[in-house]
Amino acid sequence: MPKRIAYTTEIEYIQILDEHANFDESLGKGTLRDDEVVFLYEQMSIVRHYDEIAFKLQRSGRMGTYPQNKGQEAAAAGAGFAIKKNAPGSWLVPCYRENLALFLNGLPMEKILLHWMGDERGNQIPDGVNILPIAIPIGTHPLHGAGLAWAIKYRDRVMNESRDNRVVISFFGDGSTSEGDVHEAMNFASALKVPAIFLCQNNRWAISTPISKQMGSETVVQKACAYGMHGIQADGNDIFAMYKVTCDAIERANNDNMPTLIEAITYRLGDHTTADDARRYRDPAEVEAWESKDPLIRTRKYLETRNLWDNTKQTALEAKAKQMVSEIVKNAEGIETPTSDDIFDYTFANLPDEIVRQRDTMHTHSLGQNPQQETLNAHSHAGAR
Amino acid sequence: MAELTLVQAINLALTQEMEADQRVLILGEDVGKNGGVFRVTENLQERFGEDRVVDTPLAESGIMGSAIGLAIGGLRPVAEIQFEGFLGPAYDQLTNHAARYRTRSRNAITIPLTVRVPVGGGIHAPELHSDSPEAIYAHTPGLKVVMPSNPYDAKGLLISAIRDPDPVVYFEPKRIYRAFRQEVPEDEYTVPIGKARIVEDGTDLTLITWGATTLQCIEAMDNLPEDLSVELIDLRTIYPYDLDTIVESVNKTGRCVIACEAPKTGSMAAEIATAVQEHCFLRLQAPIQRVTGFDTVMPYYKLEMQYLPDAARIGEGVMACAEY
Repeated sequence: MPKRIAYTTEIEYIQILDEHANFDESLGKGTLRDDEVVFLYEQMSIVRHYDEIAFKLQRSGRMGTYPQNKGQEAAAAGAGFAIKKNAPGSWLVPCYRENLALFLNGLPMEKILLHWMGDERGNQIPDGVNILPIAIPIGTHPLHGAGLAWAIKYRDRVMNESRDNRVVISFFGDGSTSEGDVHEAMNFASALKVPAIFLCQNNRWAISTPISKQMGSETVVQKACAYGMHGIQADGNDIFAMYKVTCDAIERANNDNMPTLIEAITYRLGDHTTADDARRYRDPAEVEAWESKDPLIRTRKYLETRNLWDNTKQTALEAKAKQMVSEIVKNAEGIETPTSDDIFDYTFANLPDEIVRQRDTMHTHSLGQNPQQETLNAHSHAGAR
Repeated sequence: MAELTLVQAINLALTQEMEADQRVLILGEDVGKNGGVFRVTENLQERFGEDRVVDTPLAESGIMGSAIGLAIGGLRPVAEIQFEGFLGPAYDQLTNHAARYRTRSRNAITIPLTVRVPVGGGIHAPELHSDSPEAIYAHTPGLKVVMPSNPYDAKGLLISAIRDPDPVVYFEPKRIYRAFRQEVPEDEYTVPIGKARIVEDGTDLTLITWGATTLQCIEAMDNLPEDLSVELIDLRTIYPYDLDTIVESVNKTGRCVIACEAPKTGSMAAEIATAVQEHCFLRLQAPIQRVTGFDTVMPYYKLEMQYLPDAARIGEGVMACAEY
């Protein structure tokens, strides 16, 4: 029998605004309007300042561990804005390095600070904002994204509810792609044909493990082929490219019920978290090379060459960011301390007697129980609250 | 009223809940055309269509994780895990996410998910098809765990589980899937989560059990001396278990024996024994006895009947406690 080729494929890489601010007019046509670029530049700058302040809050003992987003703002901005503009009401299923995508889609900015301040109220997403809490374990959440996308399709087909163009976008890093759940999520999404987008921010490092040790494959995006889904690689530091590939993925999800894997090539300019020191394992030359590819620098250049930005506007923006973030910090720090009841009250919709007993006696008995009680009925607090 | 097996009672509950609520859907391996490996979901895909009874890829973490997404998306998924041993791959999603989303989000995100899992030994199955891991999930804050021992409770508990606003692990004792029939009302009814059932009233000793072992307890009681009056309690809900019923009974009888299939150390039998001594210490006439599986790996089927507590072992445990 002659040999034949079982499968071939090609995967595109898209860049529209390069690190020198060269703009690809044909690819960039019809993507972001000037006012939208200004808006996103402002948002990225505000979030960069927010990131710096969060770092300082941790260093001064006012906040716990925090993972900086520095350097990756464009991936969050382009993808988050594509959702906001073309598929509002979509679900965002985040990891923890895409704060801006969440803010663009309605998450109050103090929520992220509250989360890292050790307060679950940071995850208490307001009604009507379709965002899951940021995920601490690595790579488990894209399955929730696949399930949410399935729910959108189900509600449309079984319950005749309008989809309104909604999709589900799950964010994760290059390290996540070694976790089995990410692969189960992509396989489920593809096999069940649901409107899911998987956005891998390949920032080259999973704490100290470089991409070369993370996987034997040349790219992350080629894994899309294994699941029969569309895959595209983009310059993750380019808001135009990220916007375009996300818009295309939204269209594919809505028109064909097919998921997309996007690999955003970017770089973590900061440490993994405030508990990490990347100087232990990263070559400073590598960091320096990526600093010049910073999305803020190229976006500002783009605006300046088109006379959409100048130093006066920059000064005003910096003052605005400072004032805004200081207000957010004030709100986050100003929230009243939770009471110990909060440890118990959210375990179930209706608390079992034993949990009520533990809650009501935790301050009066060292064991969190009443040693005097002989029968339970006399001491049961069920229904008392 | 029809006489149904446990399998038929579960199938009936699923049918009625799916009829009543479009948000209810079934997902799992082979649950569609095949009706599940135990035929629990037989004919449901034919009746409700492929959108509502969904054969998933063979991946338990995927089933659990996507079911979490379905629940967050406003649906009421009923996920089947084919055997309790295969909860392993789904453990992370179940315990670290399904159980925690409500607390993590301070009520903003809730997971009304039912996980159906055949459980326990006695059917001559291969490895990891015969375990009793209920204590692991009872020990996980945020999960409810139930295990019916008869067709009537199976239907009522499953309806409660599906309607519950929080995740419920619904263990199905596979040994008694078709062991006997019982009258099961066609009408809708629920068996509340958290309430035990007194199978038989008694005054001398309290025998506590759940799942398939309930049958071995009944068999053991048939062989006890006639003047020994044993109160048999079927726990039905493993978490939150019905402490009030247990305490009331042991305060009356002063003696307590707990029988279950799971390994002894750290079992629910251990938890209940502790609670009984906390609450009934001055009424106890004898040390609490545990008749359980062993702290070993569940053996392959040639030895499984020696592992499982049978009527003889349960009877010995009861007599040791009664004669103390």
